[in-house]
Amino acid sequence: MVLKVFFPSCCSSADSGILIGRWISEQNSAVILAVVHFPFIPVQVKQYLGEVQRVTKVSVSVLGSWSNSKQEKEESLSEFLEDLGTIFCHEPWIQISKEGDSKFWSCSTLQKPSKNPQEEEIILVYYDQRKVMLSHLHPPLDTAGQRAEDASKLSAIFDTVARSQVLFMTDRYDEGPIKLTHWQSDGVEASIIVELMKQASVPACMLLTFLLSLLSGICRSRVLKFWPLSFLWSKLSTCEQLGHRLQHLQVISSNKKAQNQNQLMRKANIFVSLLIDVALGILLMSWLYRKNRIGHLADTLIPVADHVAEELQDLLQWLMGAPAGLKMNRALDQVLGRFFLYHIHLWISYIHLLSPFIEMILWYVGLSACLGLTVALCILSDIIALLTFHIYCFYVYGARLYCLKIYGLSSLWRLFRGKKWNVLRQRVDSCSYDLDQLFIGTLLFTILLFLLPTTALYYLVFTLLRLLVVIVQGLIHLLVDLIDSLPLYSLILRLCRSYRLAAGVKFRVLEQQDGKPLRLLMQINPLSYGGVVQTYRLPTYSCYPKDSWASLCKKLFLGELIYPWKHKGEKQN
Amino acid sequence: ELAVRGPRLQLRSLSAATSAVWLAAYGLFALSENSMVLSAAIFITLIGLIIYLHFVKIDQESLLVIGSLGIQVTSSYASGKESTTFIEMGQVKDVVINEAIHMQKVIYYLCILLQDPEDPQGVSEVVPLFQSSKPRLDCLIEVYKSCQEILEQRKTAPQSS
Repeated sequence: MVLKVFFPSCCSSADSGILIGRWISEQNSAVILAVVHFPFIPVQVKQYLGEVQRVTKVSVSVLGSWSNSKQEKEESLSEFLEDLGTIFCHEPWIQISKEGDSKFWSCSTLQKPSKNPQEEEIILVYYDQRKVMLSHLHPPLDTAGQRAEDASKLSAIFDTVARSQVLFMTDRYDEGPIKLTHWQSDGVEASIIVELMKQASVPACMLLTFLLSLLSGICRSRVLKFWPLSFLWSKLSTCEQLGHRLQHLQVISSNKKAQNQNQLMRKANIFVSLLIDVALGILLMSWLYRKNRIGHLADTLIPVADHVAEELQDLLQWLMGAPAGLKMNRALDQVLGRFFLYHIHLWISYIHLLSPFIEMILWYVGLSACLGLTVALCILSDIIALLTFHIYCFYVYGARLYCLKIYGLSSLWRLFRGKKWNVLRQRVDSCSYDLDQLFIGTLLFTILLFLLPTTALYYLVFTLLRLLVVIVQGLIHLLVDLIDSLPLYSLILRLCRSYRLAAGVKFRVLEQQDGKPLRLLMQINPLSYGGVVQTYRLPTYSCYPKDSWASLCKKLFLGELIYPWKHKGEKQN
Repeated sequence: ELAVRGPRLQLRSLSAATSAVWLAAYGLFALSENSMVLSAAIFITLIGLIIYLHFVKIDQESLLVIGSLGIQVTSSYASGKESTTFIEMGQVKDVVINEAIHMQKVIYYLCILLQDPEDPQGVSEVVPLFQSSKPRLDCLIEVYKSCQEILEQRKTAPQSS
């Protein structure tokens, strides 16, 4: 069978020595991790390997010999290397030799029973040790958990290199009995900033946890649970968003170290997302307060509310006349029109009552934008909801009236045909009515039928207005959701250090020569951006429409009240 | 290793598309007297060309079969971007030529059958190859023969060692 040797590209220029690594017998492949140079004492080498094996749980052993001779092949050296095969017994014993600066190496293997080098086919695969060690192999997205036992061959190789990290800790300046060559042998990589941050993070985390526990204690206190307040908290989306962010902060500041790759990435994503959010929020705040734009905004708020109320009044006057040439029932028209006009009058006077305090309220509310851009957007959505409260009220009145009318019409239509709704059996049964019941029923039916166009028109107009407001709010919430769930750290990692997130590998065939083994270069194939977003998306308390289009249309037709967005935590009744 | 080259970008179609867009832009400019229309047209043409070269136009597709490791499928785009997929040998069941009826003609395409882990006889996925260069049957037969030679060795190898 074909023997595959995975050779780190950093060891190509190393001096002669013996190869240590892991032999995977099921795949007939050898993963070489480092080269041990002369002089060495075999007993010490075996001791060292035993220690490494205990710490990393990877079965590291001596796999073969490596000779890098600058001149022509030295006969004594090759015999010496063959004799080494008897000291470190490993089957098969791999011998790789490189002459001078030639690119093509010769490999051969030695099997114990036969004692002469066999002509087995060998494939030499070069890999970049540092990248393979740092990268994380992602399984294909469609098969989630079934392929766990059937671990692919590549993941075994990635695993081997990643877990042998302790082997790479000694470099050539260490005074030990063993001299190794691997990717870090020229000096161990470390960064002062990272070390300092690690030291500083522990007390910072403890302080943050303490503050957060205080805050959550206050939030859960009984004072805030009384009925009007708790109803208010559940309706305002700002409170939901603040609660969500509090949860995120708790996740970051917990003392437990992340167990696996997923948790680590999640923590990092939450941290970066919070940072960017707060930075954007502070930017927005500085822009708002720079030329007293908040003051201008507050000044224009009252005229805008007045303008909206005037437009509504014009609309109602239009409806009370002959809208679009339709002929309305004069009396009902006047009643409904006057009722809504009075409502608007109340609303305008309420706004004017509030006008001296608006600027101050807005100024203080604008300060809370420093908690993050998402909080500012939620506040905007809440302000829109509060300002268009009268449209919501009109919609509810119109819908209830229309709904009542439709139900009345349907039940009287049944009476017209001589049938009745049987509540016990939940179906329509025939029924014999008295003459006076039939008479009154038919009369009421006619009245309701002819009043239908007027009510339907009012209902239509106010429903359209309400839908407009709902669409605007929905867009804002979509934006907030996007900012909340985007895994920014993973995307930046994919951009800058793409080898850390691997979807697979790719091979490139290098130059070949007859008689020499096939040479391949193994490179890491990074995960696509779509795959990154799908794997590392942060969960949100997302609001998504709970009705399909068909049921929404049906509800609109029947006049039932629609609540298009459903929050994940809400109870269904 | 087998590579199939697709047709190169035609200069004729490129200049035809560009001149059509710019004529329309000049017409709009004559009507509206707004010079933004012209700069917008140039911008759109450039962006469209870049998107086409980087995401749509595939120059070359290649198939690399290594007997003991697996099969690698690469497509390289006109802008130099390469997208690669590597399928390990353990997942590959077979490489076959399939027929499909498309509108009024029958087309042949080469595809890799992937093994279903639960069911040894079943096929979990079919991966079609050479989708944009669409070589003809004679070319496909040659590729099929070389692939089968290598796959045969894989079947006989475990018994010999």
